[in-house]
Amino acid sequence: MSAPSQWTVFWRTVVGRAYPRIIGAQREKSWVFFEIFLPLLQVTAYVYIYRAIQAPPEFIGFVVLGGAMSAYWLNVLWSMATQLYWEKETGNLELYIVAPTSRMAILLGMAMGGLFATTLRAVAVITIGTVLFHVSMSVSSVPALVGVFLTTLVALYGMGMLLSSLFLLFGREAWHLSNLLQEPVSLVSGFYFPVRALGQVVAAAASILPITLGLDAMRQLLFPAMLGKFRFLSPGVELAILVGLAILFLFLSHRALAFFEKLARRDGRLSVRGQ
Amino acid sequence: MAAWLGWQIESNWADPFVFAIYSLVKPLAGALILVFMYAVIAKDGLHSPLFPGVFVGNALFIYVPAVLAGISWTIIDDREHYGMLKYVYTAPVNVFAYLIGRGVAKAIVATVAVVIMLLLGTLALGVPVRLAGINWLFVAATLVLGSAMLSLFGILLGGVTMITARHNYGVGEAVAGGLYLLCGVVFPLDTLPAWLAATGRVIPISYWLEAFRRALLGHGTEAFASLSDGVLLAVIAGSTAVLAVLAVLGFRLAERRARAKGLLDMQTMY
Repeated sequence: MSAPSQWTVFWRTVVGRAYPRIIGAQREKSWVFFEIFLPLLQVTAYVYIYRAIQAPPEFIGFVVLGGAMSAYWLNVLWSMATQLYWEKETGNLELYIVAPTSRMAILLGMAMGGLFATTLRAVAVITIGTVLFHVSMSVSSVPALVGVFLTTLVALYGMGMLLSSLFLLFGREAWHLSNLLQEPVSLVSGFYFPVRALGQVVAAAASILPITLGLDAMRQLLFPAMLGKFRFLSPGVELAILVGLAILFLFLSHRALAFFEKLARRDGRLSVRGQ
Repeated sequence: MAAWLGWQIESNWADPFVFAIYSLVKPLAGALILVFMYAVIAKDGLHSPLFPGVFVGNALFIYVPAVLAGISWTIIDDREHYGMLKYVYTAPVNVFAYLIGRGVAKAIVATVAVVIMLLLGTLALGVPVRLAGINWLFVAATLVLGSAMLSLFGILLGGVTMITARHNYGVGEAVAGGLYLLCGVVFPLDTLPAWLAATGRVIPISYWLEAFRRALLGHGTEAFASLSDGVLLAVIAGSTAVLAVLAVLGFRLAERRARAKGLLDMQTMY
């Protein structure tokens, strides 16, 4: 029997790594409560802040959308960036390294599997938030909205792959670093207010995070009348930058994975636990 | 000793400078989200009459997840990560003292963050906290009672995490998130629908935050305007006493169940 081609192994690995995340989610359905309930609590708190200060109703929509998109950022942080650290702690990382497959395929499988539960969470937040808080959206262009959303995800998960490689060198600080990146990114990416409020310079710097531009563009496409006054860049420009970021992060993650794996092998960090 | 152990676990993964930044950046970013929401939208920006109460409430709330979720996290950390919970139980230590000690380390870090947040609010954002106007006795009484109350809440949650396997990581976060919403931390309690506001009025943490607002700002919120300072403290003290009974009974019950089902050294790898 001939050996499968590299391409076949790559895709089998993607499916194989995505499988436990998707099937695992089916077996333990109670996660749905935590994955939806927790972000909804935060979204609800921010909605009531805007209600208390009598903000225009569109701002409630900004919060709901921000809360939904935050699910992807949290997934990238906890299920992509820190994943190789968890695998190291549970003794799986050595198995990944000795397996005759591409590490990029493993990361891609993680991303695909993670996207399933995260998308469910994001959809639930959007749906429940929209119904509960009477959010009214008027989509100015469905293809543009879908294009921006998908490109944002590709760029974001590409960034997650890059972070995953970097985290290969970390011990306990990986957990703390992910924890640290939650609120500051919520702030600079404008999860709960238009990013332009931070000023052009900060907003431009925060654009290295794909979710900043993705969120701003999606808000413009969903709330065109209101976000006209608060927009950072036009959706077309933001989409073009997102495409650039997606290519850049995927390229960098490929290079970084090889580099940091070599470094971690040399320093003997691949199998060190409880650091 | 447990507090020292907690401090070492919390802080020894980084040098003190990195650790200080780590401890401050998270709450600071959370507060700045509020600041920008008010600055961009509120009619009077940061001069909105709601802002000082909201800022102080948000700053003081740092204690809640730190102590409450911190203590319950100790059970998960010791059992699942370090595999040490069974040794704690075999050692001649009082488990309540141990859990509270571990919570103290989190409370110390939280205190630094709270002080810096209040300084930021006072010096840079116009929050009218004046040293001369602070009722220090009221602050001390509120702080002592509040620490006891949050520790007891944490112990109660620790009991829950001891007998649950999956999702125990999210229990502390879920409870803290619920309290953030229901206790009127970042908006007046009456903004919530009546049934949610009524729920918030049953939770002692709402009274604790109100007491702090009065002590630091000289005034509280509309929701508790009818209560005098003495009544407020009495409510906090009374609910802390009730909570003490519930926490001890609840934790002992959970402990008994955990021993019977062999959960003290469970490792779910979840």
